[in-house]
Amino acid sequence: MRLGNWLALFVALVLAAEIARLTRQRALRRERWRRFFKHRTTSWGLGILAFLAIVALAAPLVAPFGPGDQLGIVDLRNHPPSWAFVLGTDVLSRDVWSRVAWGARVSLGIGALGALVAVSLGTLVGATAGYYSRWVDALLMRGVDVGLALPRIFILLMAVALWDGLPFAALVLAIGLTSWLGTSRLVRAEVLSLREREFVVAARALGAKTGRVIFRHVLPNAAAPIIVSAALGVGNVLLLEASLSFLGIGVAPPDPSWGSIIAEGASTIYTAPWTILFPGLAISLVVMSLNAVADGLRDALDPREEAA
Amino acid sequence: MTGTEGPALLRVRDLKTYFVTEQGKGTARAVDDVSFDLYPGETLGIVGESGCGKTVTSLSILRLVPEPPGHILPGSVIEFEGRNLLALAAPELRAVRGNQIAMIFQEPMTSLNPVFTVGDQIAEAAIVHQHLSRKAARARAIEMLQLVGIPDPKERVDHYPHQLSGGMRQRVMIAMALVCHPKVLIADEPTTALDVTIQAQILELLDRLQNELGMAVLLITHDLGVVAGHADRVVVMYAGRVVETAPTSGLFEQPTHPYTEGLLAAVPRIDAPRSRLHAIPGQVPAATAWPTGCRFHPRCPYAWDKCVTQEPPQLETGAPGHTARCWLVTEPERRQAKR
Amino acid sequence: MMAWLVRRLVASLAIIFAVVTFVFILIHAAPGKSCGQIEFDVDPAVCDQLTKQFGLDKPLHVQYWRYLAALAQGNFGYSFSLHRPVRDALADTIPFTLQLAGAALVLDFLLGLGLGIYQAGRVNRLPDVVLSHATLFIYSLPTFWLALILMLVFAEEFRWFPVGGPNDAILCPVVDSLYCVADRLWHLVLPAATLGLVGAAGTARFQRAAMLEVANQDYVRTARAKGVPERRVVLRHQLRNALLSFITRFGLAFPFVLTGAVLIETIYAWPGMGRLAFDAILTRDYPLVTATALIASTVVVVGNLLADMLMGVADPRLRVRASADVEIATA
Repeated sequence: MRLGNWLALFVALVLAAEIARLTRQRALRRERWRRFFKHRTTSWGLGILAFLAIVALAAPLVAPFGPGDQLGIVDLRNHPPSWAFVLGTDVLSRDVWSRVAWGARVSLGIGALGALVAVSLGTLVGATAGYYSRWVDALLMRGVDVGLALPRIFILLMAVALWDGLPFAALVLAIGLTSWLGTSRLVRAEVLSLREREFVVAARALGAKTGRVIFRHVLPNAAAPIIVSAALGVGNVLLLEASLSFLGIGVAPPDPSWGSIIAEGASTIYTAPWTILFPGLAISLVVMSLNAVADGLRDALDPREEAA
Repeated sequence: MTGTEGPALLRVRDLKTYFVTEQGKGTARAVDDVSFDLYPGETLGIVGESGCGKTVTSLSILRLVPEPPGHILPGSVIEFEGRNLLALAAPELRAVRGNQIAMIFQEPMTSLNPVFTVGDQIAEAAIVHQHLSRKAARARAIEMLQLVGIPDPKERVDHYPHQLSGGMRQRVMIAMALVCHPKVLIADEPTTALDVTIQAQILELLDRLQNELGMAVLLITHDLGVVAGHADRVVVMYAGRVVETAPTSGLFEQPTHPYTEGLLAAVPRIDAPRSRLHAIPGQVPAATAWPTGCRFHPRCPYAWDKCVTQEPPQLETGAPGHTARCWLVTEPERRQAKR
Repeated sequence: MMAWLVRRLVASLAIIFAVVTFVFILIHAAPGKSCGQIEFDVDPAVCDQLTKQFGLDKPLHVQYWRYLAALAQGNFGYSFSLHRPVRDALADTIPFTLQLAGAALVLDFLLGLGLGIYQAGRVNRLPDVVLSHATLFIYSLPTFWLALILMLVFAEEFRWFPVGGPNDAILCPVVDSLYCVADRLWHLVLPAATLGLVGAAGTARFQRAAMLEVANQDYVRTARAKGVPERRVVLRHQLRNALLSFITRFGLAFPFVLTGAVLIETIYAWPGMGRLAFDAILTRDYPLVTATALIASTVVVVGNLLADMLMGVADPRLRVRASADVEIATA
């Protein structure tokens, strides 16, 4: 690690802490967001997510080496953490910290995009099913039942294994396409209950077209569980991508994603445990933070907690 | 059967129950120095608007107020048959609850456990306090169902709460409360959630049971009509305090406190010409910020400067058993200067 | 009740049927010969022969009907990569997965429920706070990563447990003695613990929330007002209702365990169905793939069915009775 990298890392930390603090300050003014920050862990979660996102974005600045740079195949293999190599080196003498930083881009990127696809699709299907009801609902929900019957990993394994060499975009799409089912059920339930509320009936009575009714009236009120589901969805996608990469069919080595880093390090787990320790901790840190933020969102958006 | 002879069965003195609110909005002083007596065999009505503290008062007696946000201040006294309930250890308190003092609540649907039969829930009180066997307790439950007027008790005993109508559920609640023949029944707005016709039936039932079992009833309600028809004495509460105490007839014939006057005036009369409904101006203040002096002064048509600065104590009005927390008792001439 | 059960059974069968169809289409939609090209070399001549023998060159719908017909007779097809009937391969591996999944689920439910109830009883006090963070952490771990860590710590570092495999290969090639049964259990500990711990963390978090929500209900207050001892209030009134929420989650445990099985079995060299499925997919051994997909979805569907039935038994509000529930209008 060169001085420049330490500096960049420090800046990232401070920036993340500031983001968390400023958001908190702004938020405390409004009742609802005050509930969001009720628990200390939510602020921490937000801060950690901000930090990791910044690291991912600024990977070239915080990482001293490239993810594939082999620094000395003879004597720098499987080096334990030290000042020069903060998280150690792996079996191919690559700097683990650099790989984790660059891998953040891939993993977080897939997580965010995959969750976006999943939530969008899930909301669309769920809202349609909940709003139109009757046979549209029955058809769509039977489809969802079928989709849920087969564990996601089976479908993904098949999809990814049967088409060799899936490009990044296709991987994201595939993960998103298999993750929307749960969201659709959630959205459907919300829409079903909202559909009969007076403001929706009023909108229809005024002649608003169905699409407009759904998007402008129903969905904003159903937003709460969708948002919470999205936050948790990113974590799920992240874990899924890691599992796939670990099995060798997600992001393929030597491209770094946190899952593939663990896969490559699995063979040297006894001699160089740090190669799998840190990427794994990174994953769990992100998922934990997302859960903490989702808890806060749930408290903030729960209509039952609105002051009378 | 009613009467204020002899010692009081339940003596509440200087009861203060405060709640801690979040975000440092201050302490909500829901019950702030409440005192009253309950005599054997009588029905005492506690009347007041929402937010006056009557429900919290009733919960405080059996210490059912959730402890983290709420707490009963030391110095409060709740004496039942001479024992201070607030000083009892947990096992002793449990022996009183449901056994000597029982309570029924406002919402019978949510107050009954949905996964147990009605019979199980009634029998539970008998099992816990009288250590009856399951068979004997079940027989007791059937007896109680019969007592409260539920048809086909032998069948109904195995039904679940969701299979019963609102009125029947409330009857079940009453049965559950009376299994051990308590000396006191606290009824917190027992009929508020029911239809008007069912209300009458339930109240009649309570009257009948009270006569048969000879117990005292603490009837909490916001409905003056209920009080007029079923209470022997009345306590009027406002802003966490008792503002007037009187026998029922005395309260209705000669309301002393302006708040009571306002409540009575707000009831539309069938025998008077139709005019605008009278409402008490203003709103009940928040429990975190009671007004200075007499708490009712911002809304009182008679208030003068003494009312703003000095809080009146309970003053004897002269009529037997009738007290009011109002300076008009000592300065009745101020009544002429009504705004 | 019976009518509902029959309807659900029919629906479940339809779902399984749809899954099999979906898998079938998916496999045949993928490019590449389905003779298996990745793991081993198949002599093109042999491949041709197998193709003709099993009708792999016939049109899709013909293959589909032949498959369904064979399934009806209990014939799952022939595995190319393993050179044996699929049914045999399944018969060998399913028991292993059952052992793993069973042990993991037992750990998941017992530990998870226990922790959730314990935490709810001491809300916001130190044990609860510590456990809340701990369960959040474990719940966020990738299962495969936890497997590696546990293996590193307990198998390699402390040498308390074996590194992998179902049995000691030398002493117990076949489980034929009490010693070998114990040996199997000893080998089962780490894989089952990995899966069970993550599951238990999720269950504990969920159960804690469910217990707390129930604690606020009016009927709990009524029970206390009756003089019911606190312990009974918690265990009888609160728990019974919180279990209802637990049962709804019960169905989710099955897909979780199946997914986990694929990863865990691969890491611990546990010869179960998960690993079989994974290998089969890599080698495009499509009869094996369809069979494992079929089994997996059957497990999930049966799990959901069980959960629904349990729910119907546990929640009296859901019990549909043959006799009419007459609500008498009079009070």
